[in-house]
Amino acid sequence: MSELNPALSREVTIVNEFGLHARSAAKIAEIANQSTAAVWIQKGGEQADASSIMDILTLACEKGSKITIRIENKSDLNILKAITELVKSGFEE
Amino acid sequence: METEAQEIIIKGINASPGICIGKAYLVDSKGVEVVPKYRIKNKELSNEIKRFKSAVKNARDELRKIVEKSPEELQHAHILETHIALLKDKMLYGRTIETIKQERVNAEWALKNVVSNLIEVFQTMADPYLKERSADVVQVADSIMHNLVGTKKVEIATIDKRVILVAHDLTPAETSQINLDRVKGFITDRGGKASHTGIIARSLEIPAVVGLKIATASIRSDDLIIVDGNSGTVIIRPTEDNLVLYEERKIDYEEYKAVITRESEAPAESEDGVRLAVMGNIELPEEVFALLNYGGDGIGLYRTEFQYFNRPDFPGEDELFDKYKDVIEVMHPKPVTIRTLDINGDKALKNQFSVEEANPALGLRAIRYCLKKPRVFKDQLRAILRAAAFGNTRILFPMISTYFEICEAIRMLDEAAESLEKDGLPYNRDIEIGAMIEVPSAVIMADLIAENVDFFSIGTNDLIQYALAIDRGNEQVAHLFQPLDPAIIRMLKHTADVAREKDIKIFMCGEMAGTPHHIPLLLGIGMDELSMNPQTIPDIKRIIRSLNVADTRSFIKEILKQTTAKSTFELIKDTYGSILPEQLYAG
Repeated sequence: MSELNPALSREVTIVNEFGLHARSAAKIAEIANQSTAAVWIQKGGEQADASSIMDILTLACEKGSKITIRIENKSDLNILKAITELVKSGFEE
Repeated sequence: METEAQEIIIKGINASPGICIGKAYLVDSKGVEVVPKYRIKNKELSNEIKRFKSAVKNARDELRKIVEKSPEELQHAHILETHIALLKDKMLYGRTIETIKQERVNAEWALKNVVSNLIEVFQTMADPYLKERSADVVQVADSIMHNLVGTKKVEIATIDKRVILVAHDLTPAETSQINLDRVKGFITDRGGKASHTGIIARSLEIPAVVGLKIATASIRSDDLIIVDGNSGTVIIRPTEDNLVLYEERKIDYEEYKAVITRESEAPAESEDGVRLAVMGNIELPEEVFALLNYGGDGIGLYRTEFQYFNRPDFPGEDELFDKYKDVIEVMHPKPVTIRTLDINGDKALKNQFSVEEANPALGLRAIRYCLKKPRVFKDQLRAILRAAAFGNTRILFPMISTYFEICEAIRMLDEAAESLEKDGLPYNRDIEIGAMIEVPSAVIMADLIAENVDFFSIGTNDLIQYALAIDRGNEQVAHLFQPLDPAIIRMLKHTADVAREKDIKIFMCGEMAGTPHHIPLLLGIGMDELSMNPQTIPDIKRIIRSLNVADTRSFIKEILKQTTAKSTFELIKDTYGSILPEQLYAG
């Protein structure tokens, strides 16, 4: 795993009741699919491709878990910001 | 199959009486089971990938169409949108294309392998929610597979001959799609006596055997089968001898039913002159005629969920009003007790309302759901109040578990009446209001709840489930679902005592009310009215006629001394065995 560049990653806590379930993962993937380079979600020692709902689900993020969202390319900062806010808002549920 | 297959006899749980003989119709749509594998030549690889992509596109279009038809309120639509997103998910879509390229195999085979790897990943996860996501993956993959292979799913809505339905399990949503005129009987691998399949079969008066475990594995579509719902036996590909034997039994049984039905018109009056109202439970307006034929004194429970099934939107007020009015007009002056929407994970479309509920029986259902969806509730309340102008109507609120809920429900009923007044529509607010007593907390709070209502109606299925913590549909524990458990009898007694003390009426509309050997006990407890599946009305009336209410009152004192369901049952058998039907000892 590459060294974390603080400018390109954000740590957030899952606040919605059901954690990262299929619908919330779908919302993340929808945003991540618009990126120019890869977008990753990390939890513990594992990481998932943020553009894949199934990969996100395999991280098993329940309510209260801390995840790090990471982009590889600066041009995706808006993507990073959008996903971070989505998670913080509890997926507007 | 070339060789003549052998007769197989399997035993299950007798969920609905009667005997039928006919052809099997398997409704399980497990999808395409045999997936062919073949090599793809290099120059055809891009065509194969194109074929896969167009199958995904078709699956996507199909799902889109369904979503467009669904109003946004339904969570079902959200699930489908997730499914649409999953169709193009890298782990599914991307990997399948990669597999086609790398292994040079056909799309079906590639998809199957990718999916089985994915399912493994999900199923090893500890979180039950995530574990179940493998079902989403399967559904999404199935929809692609169907488009690849070109087979159609088994559509139970289109069955066009009289058949015996064979299923692993029938969900209420599936049952609501079946053209029930075409069904002679039901058999399922799963389920207990009180499962939805059993309830539906009993109300339609067709035999059902459930909990057979291996039915779908042993039966092929078009196999000749005999279903004996009296003993819980299913005979697959019967011998000539058994066919003859069961034809005779079928005729005998039908004659016996005919005799009972003939005397059903007379009232249920006990030996010492106490008259009890024996009412019917219905789900569909069409059942009213059967109910009247069986001598029902009214409708003690009109379940209103059916109008909400198998459709993308909620039914409107006018549509509901028409249905209720039909029933009320036909029944008048006999009372019709309309229970407000009791939607839950068990009864509603599986994906529609119960998403993300790990435990739907304890979840957002019935009155909880209605209070949370005031618009849906208001439409129904207005429809009921308008229909009440046409005959004898009562309203019954299900799953009351707190004092607050009954107050809120009545407040909304008042609001509905006010809005009708404003709109200048005819209605009748002067109807009896009842609370379902089916949650233990309502039993404890009965004295306070009683102050707000005109009657209690005890729903025994749920009360037993919640009080004894038994899932009645789970065959592992179904045998522990004991209506005669002393805890249950004490709860019934307490509720009835409170009702008398508060001078309100006490009814019962659960399965217990329609079970012959429970009747002496229910009379002793002091029920004013019993409501049951229409076809059991004649049996129950006959039993009431042969009982002495004063005797049952002293009998109940003995019953309350019992410590187990078994000893309670033995006491009933010893005291009243002679007047009860023989089936009591068969099971």
